Amino acid sequence: MLPVTRSYVEKIIEQERPDSIMLSFGGQTALNCGVTLNDEGVLNKYGIKVLGTPITGIKITEDRQEFKNAMIASRVPVLDSAPAHNMEEAIEIANNIGYPVIIRVAYTLGGKGGGVAHNEYELQEIVQRGLPQSIVHQVLVERYVGSWKQIEYEMMRDSTGNAITVCNMENVLAMRVHTGDNIVVAPSQTLNNEEYHKLRSAAIRAVQHCNILGECNVQFGLDPASEDYCAIEINARLSRSSALASKATGYPLAYMAAKICLGYSLTELVNSITKTTTACFEPSLDYVVLKMPRWDFRKFELVSRKLGTSMKSVGEVMAIGRSFEEAVQKAIRMTDTGKHGLVCNDDSELEENLEIVEEGLLHPDDEVLQTVVKAIKLGISINTIYRLSAIDPWFLTRIKNVIELEKKLRDSDLSENLLKDAKRYGFSDHQIGKCVGLNEMSVRKLRQKLGIIPVVKQVDTLAAEWPAKTNYLYLTYGGEKNDIVYDKNNRGVIVLGAGPYRIGSSVEFDWSTVNMVWSLKENGIESVSVINCNPETVSTDYDISDRLYFEELTLERVLDIFEKEQSSGIVTCVGGQVANNLVPKLGKLGIPIIGTASTNIDMAEDREKFGKLLDSLNIRQPPWKKFTNMAEAIAFCHKTGYPILVRPSYVLSGAAMRVVWGEEQLERFLNEAIHLSPEYPIVITKFLQEASEVEVDAVSNGEEVIIGSLIEHIDNAGIHSGDAMMCIPPWRLTRKTMNTIVEYTKMIALSLKVKGPLNIQYLVKDDQVYVIEANIRASRSMPFVSKIVGINIIALAAKAVLGKPLPKEAGNLWMRVPGFGIKVPQFSFMQLEGADVVLGVEMQSTGEVACFGESFYDALSKAYEAAGYSLPLSGSALITIGGQRYKEKLLPLISLVNSMGFKILATEHTAEFIKNNTKANVQEVYKISEPSRKPNIADLLYNRQIDFIINIPSTSTIEKYVGMLYDEYQIRRKAVEMGIPVLTTVEAATSFVESLRWRTTFKPTINSLSGYVEF
Amino acid sequence: MEDGTTYEGMGFGFPKIVGGEVVFNTGMVGYSETLTDPSYKGQILCMTYPLIGNYGVPSWDDLDEFGLPRYFESERIQVNGLIVNELSTVASHWDCERTLDQWLYDEKISGISGIDTRDLTKRLRVDGVMRGALCVSPDEINNNELARAMSETKYDGFNFMPEVSVSEIKEYGSHSLPPVVLIDTGVKYSIIRNIIRIGFRVICVPWDTPTIDILSYSPVGVVISNGPGDPKMCKSTIKTANDLIDLSVPTLGICLGNQIIALAGGGNTQKLKFGHRGQNKACTEVGTNRTFITSQNHGYGIEPESLRGTEFDIWYFNTDDRTIEGVTHRSKPILAVQFHPEASPGPYDCMFVFEKFKEMILNDNIGYQRQKPENMTTSSRTGTKEKKTGGRKGVSEK
Repeated sequence: MLPVTRSYVEKIIEQERPDSIMLSFGGQTALNCGVTLNDEGVLNKYGIKVLGTPITGIKITEDRQEFKNAMIASRVPVLDSAPAHNMEEAIEIANNIGYPVIIRVAYTLGGKGGGVAHNEYELQEIVQRGLPQSIVHQVLVERYVGSWKQIEYEMMRDSTGNAITVCNMENVLAMRVHTGDNIVVAPSQTLNNEEYHKLRSAAIRAVQHCNILGECNVQFGLDPASEDYCAIEINARLSRSSALASKATGYPLAYMAAKICLGYSLTELVNSITKTTTACFEPSLDYVVLKMPRWDFRKFELVSRKLGTSMKSVGEVMAIGRSFEEAVQKAIRMTDTGKHGLVCNDDSELEENLEIVEEGLLHPDDEVLQTVVKAIKLGISINTIYRLSAIDPWFLTRIKNVIELEKKLRDSDLSENLLKDAKRYGFSDHQIGKCVGLNEMSVRKLRQKLGIIPVVKQVDTLAAEWPAKTNYLYLTYGGEKNDIVYDKNNRGVIVLGAGPYRIGSSVEFDWSTVNMVWSLKENGIESVSVINCNPETVSTDYDISDRLYFEELTLERVLDIFEKEQSSGIVTCVGGQVANNLVPKLGKLGIPIIGTASTNIDMAEDREKFGKLLDSLNIRQPPWKKFTNMAEAIAFCHKTGYPILVRPSYVLSGAAMRVVWGEEQLERFLNEAIHLSPEYPIVITKFLQEASEVEVDAVSNGEEVIIGSLIEHIDNAGIHSGDAMMCIPPWRLTRKTMNTIVEYTKMIALSLKVKGPLNIQYLVKDDQVYVIEANIRASRSMPFVSKIVGINIIALAAKAVLGKPLPKEAGNLWMRVPGFGIKVPQFSFMQLEGADVVLGVEMQSTGEVACFGESFYDALSKAYEAAGYSLPLSGSALITIGGQRYKEKLLPLISLVNSMGFKILATEHTAEFIKNNTKANVQEVYKISEPSRKPNIADLLYNRQIDFIINIPSTSTIEKYVGMLYDEYQIRRKAVEMGIPVLTTVEAATSFVESLRWRTTFKPTINSLSGYVEF
Repeated sequence: MEDGTTYEGMGFGFPKIVGGEVVFNTGMVGYSETLTDPSYKGQILCMTYPLIGNYGVPSWDDLDEFGLPRYFESERIQVNGLIVNELSTVASHWDCERTLDQWLYDEKISGISGIDTRDLTKRLRVDGVMRGALCVSPDEINNNELARAMSETKYDGFNFMPEVSVSEIKEYGSHSLPPVVLIDTGVKYSIIRNIIRIGFRVICVPWDTPTIDILSYSPVGVVISNGPGDPKMCKSTIKTANDLIDLSVPTLGICLGNQIIALAGGGNTQKLKFGHRGQNKACTEVGTNRTFITSQNHGYGIEPESLRGTEFDIWYFNTDDRTIEGVTHRSKPILAVQFHPEASPGPYDCMFVFEKFKEMILNDNIGYQRQKPENMTTSSRTGTKEKKTGGRKGVSEK
């Protein structure tokens, strides 16, 4: 577990002496790293062969000009464009091409740094930001064709020259929106034979020319009003789109690409689904696939929600249906954003202003489909909507079909045929119920009485032409017969997955799901099915489980599958909060839960019940209370004192959670928060400042408790646990505190009769241990703990849910970790235009890295690098600190920075304070909002004259909302855009500087991680 | 259907009762080309892709550089009926003239939607293609009438040639180009397009034209086209093919033409269980192992064992089921492919078959030397402005 950077990879090469390397499987990071290794002679020096697309081919696809030349040579049209290496060049090119133009940054991922400029002012903004993002300091200025169709082909090519297209995909929001943020359908819906095959042939010519080996993605623009088309780009690697294409077709692209890299030809490989036919074919789909992104904009107050050329979504879902309407409504539910489909949502009846709707069509945001629905309901013609939104009328008409059916449901009696039609159009029982005035379960009973139940169909790559040997399944109302026959004597277990990646639930839960499936099989469960809908995951590989249902994780669908399977029970503990939230509903219906009983999960989730339990165990919690009215809440806060933490019950990763520093702020916030979730009351907790936070991951079978590890946060409490840097084993806790925490964990687990994994979060302040919350399910940190400690927690959890004994020895391993494991969050602030980097109780990170080291700073410094921080050993540090208290607290650190030889830059008050209190040399610099005063921070940032920034707002939360420190926000924002590290808490700044200091004397260790200890 | 299964759905197109052999096609695009492919004569076609009609039906007036309609493969819809899961009632495309529903109505063809086409496809895959009947009616449907229509349906052993072949000779391409005779056993326009593309004039003759009449045009080569039904029904074409082999006339057979050449060369053909109909079929070249994605539409094939002892070698085989996808003559300029190199619908990856045919003609020093014109080395592209006989017009003139 080491950073994927040139220097680490080189060191590993030096140690391991491999004879070859694969570059196309680790995304843009791996590809860039490989190119650097090649260019700097490392590959040559160690005689390493690149398996897959050769470096020359990669470079053609990465360098804009070479790409253009290659396309022209392959008789594939391209858009007018030219590369620019500086602002003057960019302006001149744009003037020649004519606005609007799109600016693309060479060698970046996710459209990072690019944008559309309609005028010179916007051009300057984007180019200034883009140039430094490119490792070759180059941007491409290109004609902008936002209203063209955006069509993608996933290609496979082998060394004998066989080339096939595995899947083509059409982006519903046209060229306007980055494909990662687009709603994508497969196969294309609005292309005729000639267009489909013309682009396909162009893609083949292009990959032949670039000598692609393995897999790649070719993106085209297609004029919706003529025969014009153009190639936009080629990604010479497995990408997000390839993952989607694999799931959409059942063709395992990465697997086949790996074989091709090893020298197999496509003809030698076998279709993994039929096991008898060749892999050298093009899948034929007999269903529609729709990918819908999930955005988490509500976590970022200042972020622009507009979609464009830079990707902002954090996850995605894929829905399979036999009609577009069915697929799109399923997909909306799958995103788990509280929507029930295109229509019948709680907020959809709001009056809408025509102008706002038109603006929303012209400049789409994450609510674009809702905007289309509103536009149609307002009576705007399909043609006008098309003109504004560039969404093909075919898609718009399909959306209109759903709206018309909703109207029918509302206006007429619910006949059998109408009910059937509604189900074919993807209406959920809840949606239907809402139209006809019944509850969800009544609709379910009614349609079951009428025999209206979904059928199970297989994804088989060949449209039923050959029998499929795998069970990759979906449910649909667009058919009459099930594809598979269930064995009533072999009742299996269903494992619920975690749905789309989102802030707070990412690949960690998928790791848990997959390990749960494997471990259940190892423990004698013959048939294990998985329900999940995330195309980016391993749990949705059809060869992980016995039956994969690529389906919604809604109560309705889970029940449908449960009934079809006549399953013996459902495992809900590895699917994160999505699966957990289904537990009470499933419990109420008497569905067997394999794991902790739903009443016991409820006892942990319900604060009142949990509080009583803790009281009975004599375990402390920070003072808290539940409120339904504001006066009582204010009185409580007055008594306990501010700051306090406010949140609704049943939270998902800190959504709507907030620290409140005073009464006025509380009143304002309570109004907003109560609006958010009227079903559940508000909980107010005393917010303990300067407390440390500790988590425990554990497993219990109801009788024994195995501690996975104690994990200590490096940041103080107040930073969401998903955003905090964490350390295994704890490095500052006393033995007594650790013992207390272990003891509490065991008491709580046994009292709740936990059968499976659990995670408890603690606060430690003045040697006193408080419980924050207990999650009776797999946690985000379990894969981290498992890898560092060397026990597979989920494998133990599988034994636990089945009531099997647990190996006692496993619980002590965490204390014997020979070094430190440190997890550092990864943020996507760069892509989220406007996002502030100051952390709080709301989780904002979109990923994480972890490194193992022999010492604390060995591990930490590597983890920083893995997360993309550069670790400067000399240069300049900008320091701006709010408030006297923090200034004093940081004095020793500032002296340290100075003594390490860094030049210290500081803003007015901080500079004065440093001058008065230390011997450090300080240069005073001026705020971005005073551009005429030099030296100005903005100039220094642009010219890369600042190497890192310590910026600590006085109370990191209050003033953010009061909006007083806009200037500091600007510094942080610009720094993020320039890729300069910004440290915003005392602990973060200290750890960072100490890591730098460690690096001046020591070299990071290069060791491989050992496997899990077997029990 | 013959096995007694009935499917109910929503009718579209023209209301009537019609019988046919029920087959499925796995292509995801190209219904306007597919429906007008004469090889579907006598069949009711089930599309496995569930959404059909999305981009509507383009204009017949949209002609290519050779004066042939760009998006159609013959002058009319050839299938007897169409089965889909969902019919798109709205069509969206810049080149769309009418909806699929309207087109079927205009051409008096019936269609049915709302069918579990996957279930139907699996039935055909397991039990083999079978006869069926389709009734579209605003009234109650009489099952006896349906059964009668089905039992009256003829497919196996029926000669479709009189229905699909030209009744009189037609010419395409500039007179200045050397002539290739095309024996029309139900030809697709794209075959004509491609022969002109590689630099020849096309003389399209009826399926039963005697060899002597064909030779009277002094053709530099002959193409035997695709077409419907059992190849053994094309007795006079087989005879002609036999003569062409004897005379060493450069000949290309496509689909049905491939089977006819095999029969003429002493091989045998057989009916496949459910045929190959789609755009994703892998074919491997014997010797090189290069594999191509091809467009296919056939229910019969060459019996592999039957080629033993003949002068023909296997050129291509189907990578999945090892059926024969192309043959070459050991010593004579005869080529044939079971797949559709002209694509339309489907991938253009095998266009080189036409170039191979051209190469064969250029290397032929018997027939071709006689009249090799100056400009033959460069592929000239000449339209059919002088004589525009293709296209929609042909229908109204009939």
